[in-house]
Amino acid sequence: MIGEFFKGLFLMIWKVVTDQPDPKVEFVSVFPATIQPIISVLLSIVPIIMVFASLFALTTLLERKGLGRIQNRLGPNRVGPFGLFQPVADGLKMLTKEDIVPHSADKLIHFLAPIVLLVPTLLAYAVLPFGQNMVPIDMDAGILFFFAVGASTELSIFMAGWSSRNKYSLLGAMRAIAQMISYEIPLIISSVTVIMIAGSLSLVEIVDKQSGYHFGFLPHWNVFTPWGLAGFIIFLIASLAESNRSPFDIPEAESEIIAGHLTEYSGFKYALFFLAEYLGMFAVSGLAVTLFLGGWRAPLPFLEIVPSYIWFLLKLMGLVCLFIWIRGTLPRLRVDQLLNFAWKFMLPMSLINLFVAAIWHFTSVWNFRGAGLGRWLLCAAMIAVPYVWLGRTLIGNKKITHRTYRFAN
Amino acid sequence: MLGEGIIKGMVETAKNFVGSYHDPKRLTTVEYPENKIPAKENARNFPFLVFDGVDADKGLRCVACQICEKECPPKCIYIIKDTVKKPDYMGKMQIQPKIFDIDISVCMSCQICVEVCPFEAIKMDTQFELSTTDRFENLLLNKRELAKPNEYYHKIHPTEATEVDERLAAEKAKAEAKAKADAEAKAKATVAAAAAKAAPTPVPAPAK
Repeated sequence: MIGEFFKGLFLMIWKVVTDQPDPKVEFVSVFPATIQPIISVLLSIVPIIMVFASLFALTTLLERKGLGRIQNRLGPNRVGPFGLFQPVADGLKMLTKEDIVPHSADKLIHFLAPIVLLVPTLLAYAVLPFGQNMVPIDMDAGILFFFAVGASTELSIFMAGWSSRNKYSLLGAMRAIAQMISYEIPLIISSVTVIMIAGSLSLVEIVDKQSGYHFGFLPHWNVFTPWGLAGFIIFLIASLAESNRSPFDIPEAESEIIAGHLTEYSGFKYALFFLAEYLGMFAVSGLAVTLFLGGWRAPLPFLEIVPSYIWFLLKLMGLVCLFIWIRGTLPRLRVDQLLNFAWKFMLPMSLINLFVAAIWHFTSVWNFRGAGLGRWLLCAAMIAVPYVWLGRTLIGNKKITHRTYRFAN
Repeated sequence: MLGEGIIKGMVETAKNFVGSYHDPKRLTTVEYPENKIPAKENARNFPFLVFDGVDADKGLRCVACQICEKECPPKCIYIIKDTVKKPDYMGKMQIQPKIFDIDISVCMSCQICVEVCPFEAIKMDTQFELSTTDRFENLLLNKRELAKPNEYYHKIHPTEATEVDERLAAEKAKAEAKAKADAEAKAKATVAAAAAKAAPTPVPAPAK
C-alpha cells in the first residue's frame, strides 16, 4: 500500500513535470473508490492555491522592488538577502495584528465580505488551462463561467463597504461598483471577438485554435491579428480597472478616501482582501494569456521542448510586470475621466472591434493573390481610423498647452 | 493622438528602472543606519544646556532664572533653584539650577526657550536617534544628560556658536574694562582722598 502510494506520487510528479496527459490517474487509484473523487479534486485545488498564493507573495516583493527602481529608490532590502523574505515579514505582521471590527459595523457581513471575495476569485482558476494537460475542469462554457464568477466580486466589495458603516468605505464601494460595471462591458465584448473566431466558449478549445505558425515562426496567436491586438489592449485596460489597479485605483484612492472599502479592515481580513485582489489580477491576466497570447503555447517552434506550464507562467508574469510598470507610470484618474473613458471610448472601440472580427471571419474565404495582406490591412484600417477619431473627440477641441499661473508668476 | 503621452511616460519610467541599476548617482535615497547624511546647520530637534570648560557642573551657563520654564508653551521644562551660588563666566556669583528637567516627549521643538534665554545657556540640539523602550523615564532628560560642552555647540551650529562666543567675549571685555575703570577711578579717588586728606595735614607754619 505504502509502496504503491509513493510510486503513484512520484509517477504523478514526474508526469506533471514532463507535461504528460492524465497525471493523477495512478495516484488516485491507490485510494479506495469512495474517496477517489475527493482526492482528485484536492489534487487539483491544492496546487492552484499553493502556486498562486506564493506567486502573490513573490509579486508583492517584485512590485515594491520594481516601483522602487522606477522611482530611483532601492526598494525593500532589509529582510534577508536582497529583501527576499520581505513577504514573510509582511505576512507575519498581518497575522499578528489585531483584528478590529468597528462597534457599529454589521458584524456578520463585515466578517463574510473577505471570504465571499476570495472564494469566487479562486473559483475562476477552475477553468484556466495552465498547461497542455493541466486544466482543472474543461468546461464547455469555461469563459462564461469565468465571467459569471468574476462578476460576483463586486458584490463582496459592496458588502465590505456597506457593513463597515464608514463614509469612506461606502464611497469606495460605490466607486468600485461604478467602475466595475462600466469596465465589465468592454472586457466581455473584447473577449467575445475571440469566441466568435474560435467558435467555442471552452478555453481549452480557444488555446487549441491558436496552435501552429505563420511562415514557420510567427505563432497563430490572436494578438497578431488586427482585431486581436485591439482586443488585447482593450482587455488589458479593462482588466486593470476590474482588478482595481492603478491608474484605475479610485475605489481605494489613499489620498481621497483613505483606503475605500478596506478602511475598516485590519490584520488577516485585510490580508485576505489583498490576496483576493492579486489572485483576481492573476486570474484575469491568465485569461488574457489564454485568449490572446496563445495560452500555454511556445512562441517559437524550437522552444516547444520547454514544458507548456512554464510558458503560461512566463506570459502571466510578463503581464504582471506590465501592470507594475503601468502602476509606476500613470497617475490616478478622476471619477468623471474614468467613466467618460469607459463609455465614450472603450465601449465604442470594443463594439467596432467586434464588427472588425466579424469582417475578419467572413474575409477568411478570400483566396486571390495577396488576400492575406489585404485582409490584414483592411481590418487594421477599420480599427485605426475610429481610434484616431474617437481619441480626438475624447480629448475634445481643447488645445493642451502649458498651464500658466497668472498670480503665481 | 490618444495614448502618445502614456507611451512617453512609460519610456521615462523604463529609463529610470534601467538607469537605477547601472548609475548609482540616480539613487536619491541613503541607506539610513549604515550611511547618514550630516545634519544641516539649521537643523534643530530638542534643547540642551551649554557649559563652558570641562566640568559640566562648574561651567553650566544656566543661572536658573526660570524664564524658559515660564515661556515654554507645552510646559516641558522643570527647574528647581540651588541654594549654593557659583561664579559665572564673568566671575559674578549666580544662582545655579539644582534640578533642570526637560520632558522631550512633550517638547514641541519650538525654540522659544532658546529665544528668551538671556544667558545663551539653552540651545537646540540636532540629535534625533532618541528612541527608547521606556517612554516615561528615558524621555525625561535631567541636567546631567542635557549638559553639553560649548565645543559640541560649535560642532553642530558653527556660525551661531561663533556669534554667541563673540558676543559673550565682548560683554566680558566690556565688563572687565568697566571693572578696571571703576577700580582705577576708585584708586584715583582713594589717592585723591588721601591727597586731600594729606593736604591739610602738613604742619602749619608756626606763627610768628
